[in-house]
Formats: sequence, C-alpha cells, structure tokens
Amino acid sequence: MTTEVTGAGSASSPHPGSSGQAPDQRSRGGRRGEAEQVRRTRELSTGFIVSRIAVLGIVAALLIYALPPLIRTEAWTALVIVGVVTALVAYLYLTPRHIPAKYLVPGTIFLIAFAIVPIVLTFVTAFTNFGDGHRGTKEEAIRAIETSSVTQVPGSPEYYLTIAERDGELVFLLVDPATKAVQAGTAEGLTPVDGAEVSLTGKVLAAAGYTVIPTAQAAERDAEIAAFSVPTAGGAVKATGLSRAFEGKADKSYDAACDCVTSPSGGRWVADEVEGYFVNAEGEHLDQGWKVDVGFANFKKALTDPTISGHFLNVLIWNFVFAISAVATTFALGMIVALALHSPRVRGTRIYRAMLILPYAMPGFAMLLIWRDMFNTDFGLISKLFGVHDWLGTPTTARLGLIVINLWMGFPYMFLVITGALQAVPRELTDAARIDGASAWAGFRRVTLPLVLVALTPLLISSFGFNFNNFNNIKLVTNGGPYAVDNATVGATDLLISYTYRVAGFDSGVADFGFAAAISVFIFAIVATVSTVAFWRSRAQEEVYS
Amino acid sequence: MIKWLKEVGWRYAVVLLVCAFALFPVLFVVSAAINPLGTLGSTGLIPQGASLKNFVDLLTGDHPYTRWFLNSVVIALISAFASLLISVAAAYAFSRMRFRGRRVGLLSILLIQMFPQFLAIVAIFIVFTEVTELYPTFGFNEPWGLLVLYLGGALGVNTYLMKGYLDTVPKEIDESATMDGASHVQTFFRIILPLVGPVLAVTAMLSFIGTINEFLIANVFLRDTEAKTLAVGMYGMLTDKRDANFGMFAAATLLTAVPTVSLFLWLQKYIVSGLTAGAVKG
Repeated sequence: MTTEVTGAGSASSPHPGSSGQAPDQRSRGGRRGEAEQVRRTRELSTGFIVSRIAVLGIVAALLIYALPPLIRTEAWTALVIVGVVTALVAYLYLTPRHIPAKYLVPGTIFLIAFAIVPIVLTFVTAFTNFGDGHRGTKEEAIRAIETSSVTQVPGSPEYYLTIAERDGELVFLLVDPATKAVQAGTAEGLTPVDGAEVSLTGKVLAAAGYTVIPTAQAAERDAEIAAFSVPTAGGAVKATGLSRAFEGKADKSYDAACDCVTSPSGGRWVADEVEGYFVNAEGEHLDQGWKVDVGFANFKKALTDPTISGHFLNVLIWNFVFAISAVATTFALGMIVALALHSPRVRGTRIYRAMLILPYAMPGFAMLLIWRDMFNTDFGLISKLFGVHDWLGTPTTARLGLIVINLWMGFPYMFLVITGALQAVPRELTDAARIDGASAWAGFRRVTLPLVLVALTPLLISSFGFNFNNFNNIKLVTNGGPYAVDNATVGATDLLISYTYRVAGFDSGVADFGFAAAISVFIFAIVATVSTVAFWRSRAQEEVYS
Repeated sequence: MIKWLKEVGWRYAVVLLVCAFALFPVLFVVSAAINPLGTLGSTGLIPQGASLKNFVDLLTGDHPYTRWFLNSVVIALISAFASLLISVAAAYAFSRMRFRGRRVGLLSILLIQMFPQFLAIVAIFIVFTEVTELYPTFGFNEPWGLLVLYLGGALGVNTYLMKGYLDTVPKEIDESATMDGASHVQTFFRIILPLVGPVLAVTAMLSFIGTINEFLIANVFLRDTEAKTLAVGMYGMLTDKRDANFGMFAAATLLTAVPTVSLFLWLQKYIVSGLTAGAVKG
C-alpha cells in the first residue's frame, strides 16, 4: 500500500537541512532528471503509517498509565511536566524534521530522569539536614508529634480491632463494643462501614471493599500496626496489640501563636528553624524534626568536625592510594602478560588467553565473597597456605589483600586492551628501534610504552574513576573494616563511597542523607578534577571530536 | 637453548605463572562446590571428594536461587539490549550528523558520566520513594524500576566508544545507501548496525555482565527475597551462615558463571576490538 504525498520531507527520507548531509546529495544520487521530482514527492509507505500509529499508540498508553496517579495525588507540576514531555516526544516522532533528535531523545530522557535529576537532587540535598528525624515538612513533623503523643486517658473509648487492607493500605476495622457499629480507620480518618459481618467476639469476618488480614499475617506486620494511627478530633485511634484499639487524647499539641509545641504537663518546645527541631528551654529537642536548609554545614562538618575530619582525611588518602595502585598494578600485570603473548613464536595463545580472561568472566560479586572467605583467619585458603593470620582484621594486610584481589579481578581487562593497543603499534617502529641498536628494554621503554599509553589514556582515566569508587570490592570483602575500637563508623579500608553508603544509613543505623550527599559531591569534585586534568594532558579529547 | 630461553622461554614462564594466579581462585570455587561437606573449613584447593550435594541443596533449599537467577538474567538481558539500542542510536547521530549542540552534547555526556549513578544513591532513594507511591510497578522491589534506573546510565561511556567505532566505518558506505534511496532509518538498521555487529555484541555482553554484578543500587532497591537479583540474594546467603553455606554458595557461583563465561568464550575473538573500539584508532 503506497500513496504519493508531497511535502518537504518524510521520516523515510533524510531531511537535507537538519541531517547535515550535503543538500544536493539526492540530485547527485543518479536519479538523473527526476531528481527534483523525487525530492518533492515522497512515498507514504506501510512502514510510515504503521510507525506513526505505533507512536500515537505508545503515547496514549503512556498517558493512560502515567496520569491517573498524578491526578489522584494532585501533583500538578509533575502532571504538567509529563504532559509537555509526552507532547514533545509525540511531535518529534510524527514530524519528519529534527532527525538527529529522533536518535538522541530516548537516551536523553532516561539520562535526565535517572542521572541528571538525581545529581541535581544530590547537590540540593547536600545543603539540607535531610535524614532520620528530618524527613518531611514542618507540618508533617507536627502531625507526627501530635499523633505519637496520643495516650490512653481514663474514659477513652475502646474498640475491638480487626486488621484489614484496602488497595494495599493498612486499615483498622473498629467495632464499638456496645453498639456493634463498624467503622474503618485509615490514615485520613474514620468512616462508617455498612453490612460488615461481625463475629460474637467482635472480630470483623468480612466487609465489602476490605480484605481482612488473618492474625498470623498481621503479627508479622506488628511494627507497622503499632506505628499506625487514625486521626480523630483531638486525638487518634491507636492499636494495643492486634485485637484491641483505643481512642486517646494527644498529649502534645502545636500552638501557631507561639510557633511551639506544648503539653498540659507544662512542657514547651519552641520551633528552631535553623536546626529543624522543636527545642525546649533545656536545649532538648523532640524526636521528630523537619527538613531545613543548613547551607555549607555538611561540607564544613566533613572538613572540620574533629570526630569526622581526621577520619575523612585518612579515608581520602587511602582512597587515592587504592585507586592509583589498582590502576598501576592491573596495568603492569596486564602489560607483562600481553607482551609475553605478543610474539608469533608463542604457541597456543588462544588457550592462554581464554584462561587469562577467566577472572573477568566469572561473576565478580560472587568471586569477591569467595576471596573474602579465602582470607578467612581460621578456615581460609590463604591461612592454610601462608600461616594463620587475621588477614582482613589487620589494616595493612587488609589493604594489601584488597589490592591483590583487585589485581586478580582487573588485570584481564588491562591485558585485553593492551593486547589491542600492541597490535596497533606499527611493526616498522619497533623494528627500526632494534636496527638502531636499542636494547629490547629501551625499545619497549621509548617506543612501545609511550604509544600504548597514548592510546589507552582514556581507558586508564576511566579505570581510575571506576576504582576510586570501587564499592563492590570494599563492601563485599571487608565492608570497610577493620574498625578501630573507638570508632564504628569509619574502617581502615573504607573508600569515600562505602563510607557514604554507611552514613546514608542503608545498612542500618541513623540515616544522615544530607551529609552523605555532601560526601558524594566531594567525590564528584575529586573524580571530575582528576579526569579533566588527565584528559587535558592527553589530547584524547581532540581525537574523539574530530 | 639459552637464546630460546631468552626470546621465547620467559614468555611461557610468565604466562604460566599468571595463569596459575588467574585460575587458583576458580579452582577453589570448583573444589568447594563439589566438596560433599559443604563447609568453608573443609575446603582446600584439591577437592576431597566429589558429589553434587551442594547443587541439589541449592536448588531444593530455602533460598529461591532459580528465582534470583531468573530475575538477574531478565533484568540484565533487557537492560543490555535496551541500553545498547539507546546508546548506538545516539552514537549514530553524533557520528553521522552535524547539528546544533552536538559538541555540547558530547561534552555533557562526558561530564555526566564522571558522576557515577550510584553516587546519587541517596537522591535515587528519595526519587523512588515517590515513584513507589505513584507507580508501584516501577517502584522498590520491582525489576522494572531497577531496569529504567539502569537505562539512565545508557548514554555514557558506551556511546563514546561506539561513536569512536562508527567514525572508523567509512562514510561513503551510508552515503551510497542514501543515494540509492534508503531512508535514515533504513541506513541505520540495515547498513550501520550489521557493520558494527561484533562490537555491539561485545558491548552488550559487557553491559550484561556489569548488570549481573551490580550490587549497590540493587541492594538498596530490592528487599523482598523473591525480588532479589543474584548479587543481592547470594550476598544474603553468606551473611546467614557463612561457614555452613559455603559449598552451596560456591555451587551458585559456578552456575552463575555458566552464562557469562560461555558468552565470553563465544565472543572471544571480538572482545579486543570491542573493548578498544573508541580508544584505539585503527
């Protein structure tokens, strides 16, 4: 099915202006006198129509999927962004113009959404105190303070409790012991439930629209249930155990007039907008705070706080030592093997090569854990071979061990790229050096090595960047340890990235996202500086841009 | 004889020595995997017996190994394929077309990829807390969320390498295709992609292995036992019972190595050109 259409161009032909091809290319294209004619009339092929229908279909499907949740949560900014982006994408793939953009946009969208936005957010977060105790807005903190201070007072109404679910959200089904009236309590409040089936003991057996959770399963979620509260006028409904609930009064309440939280027992906590806490006269603060901007405090803390900055500097030094020795050792070993195999007189290179790249092909995370256990003090292979020693428990041997492990994992990659680079070194150059009387070493040192280095500089830089942030090695082998007795936050083999991970509280402990983000910014600055300087010095950039 | 030693003999010595270094941990894994006792303490370099007990324990035990394996392979396959397509499309535009913002675009990719995605792990965590609320399918504990996240890194160093490689493919080839009436889409899919096939295969393989090995983001992302990938799941396996589970862990390692090692051996002859694509100008 083809139809003739006329127009400036269609997707099935290069657009002369934007594609950068010579505008007259088509008329050179051997269509002789028809050239002009061909340029103006395009075939409206099946492919063209199908692709356009596909574009519209995908756009419609995306909108149908993406919009409802945004409308439900009234996220208007996000709605506008999604709408505009979708419209632009639809336009881009419907119009025959902007050909380069058609190829670049898919990657760019993912890049913006999942690389640039997180980077920007990291920078923003670095200037806040976001973390445990400072997670949300001030309003959320006040609500949390009020509901968590709910206590049972004499005469509080009590209910029989049934744990249920609706749309994946926890719901309390509450039965009034006297009237047997059933109410559903959600995070929004209480609503009456009609036609529920209630047992003699006051358990709800079934209720339309709700899924009752059996007690055994509810018990697994008891932390969630204990934290759950249903706001009511002047208090909240909280669970006591899994089958009873009470409606209590809030002990603490917020007073907008003094911007403080008060309790009838005389407590008074005034909002401190700098710290993001409610603080009383004694300087004690309530647990729940809110997120505030703290300026450069996180950066200052990393550099000047005596409990952190000393470790920070040590971590930084070890980080550099590790990254540099990782690149140097893998490069050296890779070079030695590549040179050894770089001779027509060696037989069986294929088999040797297959064996040599095995460490690279084995699943890295698993091999790291295997290495960790090979270094095990009591049962490990290394202890069996070299004598029992607490290999990973002593800072020096732990660091050496990590470099050896990294050498094992990293040298095959270097071996492969150096093999490629050696093959590209012109034979005439090395031959000429030999004829001029250079020794093998001098020929290598003065001719081969410089050529290989020039070719591999970009890869060496990215290898440095990779090892500077070699989280897997540290996390899986030593987890940053060994730790000093007086300090459980920084270990002797911690890199900045593994330290950040711990500070961010992903393993356990108190999360300090703001501080973790600040360290991320430091790492970025360091890697970017080193890479930029190195790129400048090699002229790698110019080659790539040509 | 001395001459032979000096010119060839040392080469064999070096290679054999390094091969031994490369192989002994692998040997240790094999020995641990077939060790019938299955503990770390009873494992040496030389196996003390041979049985498939560890493999049977692994596949029938409490840990949903097959599920993890499936999760990992699915995520890694889709992510390798999609990121390759995204990346090579962008490389095609950068290599073959001249447009406003091309230089800036290339430079920004270079700059952004210096900030590795996982450095922004805190921000990613924040973003996906929201996403989990709005779109559970793409949220925590879901392979799709992890997948789109990995695609955020698709436009990066690979685009660079591939652009370098595309630059070495003579422009005359696609110009003549254009003259014969091929559209840019046809040129891209029918001419360019087949020409760079081996490099694509190697890049896809490296990205596949990279995704299988990714631990940091996946560990934050996947908490449910059933949703875990091999890296996260197997890490947990050793945390539980470090000594007793060792044989099982080694068996799991060997099974995980089957797809990656066979890919490597299969694509061996293209690997050197694939790795050095953009960097070494032929």
